[in-house]
Amino acid sequence: MKSHAGAKSGLSWAVHLTVAALVVLWLVPTVGLLVSSFRDRDQISASGWWEAPLPVEQTYRVRTDPDAAVERHGRVVLSGNVFDSEDSAGSGTVTGFGVTGRAPAEFAPGATADLRGGGRLTVAADGRFSAEADAPFGRRGPTIYFEAETPPKVTLDNYRMVLGADGMDRAFINTLTVTVPATVIPILIAAFAAYALAWMEFPGRGLLIAAVVGLLVVPLQLALVPLLRLHQAVGIGQSFMGIWFAHTGFGLPLAVYLLRNYMAGLPRDIIESAKVDGATDFQVFTRIVLPLSFPALASFAIFQFLWTWNDLLVAKVFLPAASETKVMTVKIADDLLGSRGGDWGILAAAAFISMAVPLVVFFALQRYLVRGLLAGSVK
Amino acid sequence: MSPLLQGLVTILIGVGGCVGYFYGANLMLDRVIFPARGRDPGANISRANAVRPWLFMAPAMAALGLYLVYPVVGSFWRSLFNRDGGSFIGLGNYTDLAADPAFRTALFNNLLWVLVVPAASTFLGLIAAQLTDRIRWGNIAKSMIFMPMAISFVGASLIWKFVYANEADIGLINAIRAGLGFQDPIDVIQIPFWNNFFLMAILIWIQTGFAMVILSAALRGIPDETIEAAILDGANPFQIFFRVMVPQITGTIVVVWTTITILVLKVFDIVYTMTGGNFGTQILPSYMMSYMFKDDGRATAVAFVIMLIVLPVMVWNIVQARKEMR
Repeated sequence: MKSHAGAKSGLSWAVHLTVAALVVLWLVPTVGLLVSSFRDRDQISASGWWEAPLPVEQTYRVRTDPDAAVERHGRVVLSGNVFDSEDSAGSGTVTGFGVTGRAPAEFAPGATADLRGGGRLTVAADGRFSAEADAPFGRRGPTIYFEAETPPKVTLDNYRMVLGADGMDRAFINTLTVTVPATVIPILIAAFAAYALAWMEFPGRGLLIAAVVGLLVVPLQLALVPLLRLHQAVGIGQSFMGIWFAHTGFGLPLAVYLLRNYMAGLPRDIIESAKVDGATDFQVFTRIVLPLSFPALASFAIFQFLWTWNDLLVAKVFLPAASETKVMTVKIADDLLGSRGGDWGILAAAAFISMAVPLVVFFALQRYLVRGLLAGSVK
Repeated sequence: MSPLLQGLVTILIGVGGCVGYFYGANLMLDRVIFPARGRDPGANISRANAVRPWLFMAPAMAALGLYLVYPVVGSFWRSLFNRDGGSFIGLGNYTDLAADPAFRTALFNNLLWVLVVPAASTFLGLIAAQLTDRIRWGNIAKSMIFMPMAISFVGASLIWKFVYANEADIGLINAIRAGLGFQDPIDVIQIPFWNNFFLMAILIWIQTGFAMVILSAALRGIPDETIEAAILDGANPFQIFFRVMVPQITGTIVVVWTTITILVLKVFDIVYTMTGGNFGTQILPSYMMSYMFKDDGRATAVAFVIMLIVLPVMVWNIVQARKEMR
C-alpha cells in the first residue's frame, strides 16, 4: 500500500506537512483546555493559554497601612513591599507604577511620583516602596497602582475548587454509578440473543435481525416521554434504577448487532463438531462461542462505556434534577456554565475531570474500539 | 445506601439474575417441560430446540420492545394529546409546530447540519485516511484525530468555548484576529446564520476521526492490482485517488455518511451547551428539549418529526442488511 501511487519526494513532503497540520489543528483546542485548567485564574484572564510559559503582565492596586509609618528626620516615612499585600501576586517584577487608577503605570520603577495628598512615592522593580510626607498620612495610607510581570504559575487550585466547593467529586461518583451497571448488564442479555440469531435455526430469524438493524437508528428522543411516564407509573420514577434500565434498553440494538455479526463469522466447523460430540446449545455458547467472542464483547463494552459516561440527554431526563444525583455532564452543562460561566479555569478543570477516564480508556483500548467500529459499519 | 454501593448491588443482582435466568430456564426446558424421555424422547428434544432460541432471546426482545418499539407508538399516541395529556387534539400539536417560526428555524438549521456535517466529516476523514496511510507515523496521527471520539459532546463544547471565546486573551479566534490588527473581539457564537457553522465545526471535529478509521480500513481493502494498473497507465496520484480508489469504496462512504447523518439528528448537547438554542441556532433535538417536562404533547410531536426524517435511512439500512444476509 505504501509504495503505490508513485511516491514522489515532493509530494511526500506535502503529505507529511498536511498530516502534521491536521494533527495540530485537531489537538490545539484540547491542549488549550488542558493548559488552562492548570493556570491561575488571574493569569487566565490576563494572557492567552498559548502564552502560559511566559511571564504575565498584570495591573494591581494595593492599599498601604498608615500605622506602619515611622518618623525619620522629621518626615513620615512609610515603606514596605507591594508584593506582601494580599491583593498582589506574591512575587514578580514591577514594570511601572502610578498613583491613579487611570494611569497605573505612569512612572518607571525607581522614579519618584508626587502623591495627590502631598508627599512622594517611589517603587523599585523588586516591589520595595517608600512613601514620604511632611505630615502623617490620614486614616488610609496612599493607594499604589502598579503593573508587574509575574512568573507563570502552575496550580491545582482549579481542580481543588471544582472537586470541593462545586461538587464535581460527587458528580464523578454519580457518573461512575450510572456507567458501570449500564455497561455490564446489556452485554450478557445481548450475548445470548446474538448467539440465538447467529447459530440457531428458527422461523422469523431474518426478520428479527432486520428489526435489530432498524432499531439501531431509532432516535432516543422518542423514548423519553413515554418511558419516563412508564417509570413513574411502576414506581421507579427518576432514579438510578431508571437510568440503568434506560441505558440497557438503548444499548441493546448495537450490542446484539455487533455480537451477532462477530459470532456469525466464527468458523462453522468448531461449532458443528462440538454439537456432533453431544454439546448442547447452552454448552456451545458458554464454552466455545462466548470465549471466542471476547474481542467483540470488549468493543461493545467500550462503546457502551463511552456512550453512557458521556451522555447528557438520558441523564437529564431519567435522573432527578437534584444536585446530589447529577452526573458530570449535567453538572457542567446546567450548573457550572451558568454559575461559573466566566470562570475559565474552573470550567477547564471540570471538563478535564469529566474527560480523563474516557481518554484513558480510549488510548488503552483503542484497538478494540476500532475493531468494533469496523464490525458495526463496514459489514 | 450510597448510590455507588447500590450500583454494585445492581450489577450483582443483574448479572446473577441473567445467569440464573438463562441457566435455570435452559435446565427447566430440558428436564421438566420437554424431558428427553417418556414415550417419544426425539419429539421432545426437537420441541425443546424449537423453544430454546426464544428463551435465549426473551430478555433482549422484552427490553428492545419496551424501550425502543413501544416508545415509537407511545410517543405518537402522546403527541395527539394536549399539554397535560387530558384531551385529544388530533394533529393539533403538528399544526402548532408548523405555525411556530422557532420550529421552522430549527428545521432549517437541522437541514443545514444534515447537509454540512456528514459531508465535511466524511470528506476530511477520507483525506486523513488516505494521507495517514502513506506515512510512517500515520498511526499516531490517526490516534490524535480519532481522540475526540472519546470526549463527551459537553466536554467538546467546552473545549471549543475556549476557541470561540469573546476575549482576545482566551479565545484563539479572537487572538488571531487581534494579531492581524482587528481592534474589537467578536463573539462568533452570536453572528446570525454563520454561528450555526461554528457549532457544526465541533461535531465535525468529533466525527472526522470516526470517518477516517472506517474509510482507512476500506482503502486498505482495495486490491493492489487496480492501483498498479493505474500507475502503469500513467495516472497521477490524484487521479488514482479520485478515479480509482474512491469509486471502489463508495459503499463504505455511504455507510459513514448515513451513520453521521443519523447522529446529527440526535445530538442536542452541543447546541444546548454552547447557546441554549439562542441566537438562531436551535435544532430539532434541542427544540424538543426546550419543551420536555413542560409540554409533553409538543415534545413528543417534535420527536416524531425526527423519527419521520430518520425513517428513510432506517428502511434503507434494513434493505441493505437483508440483501447481505441472502
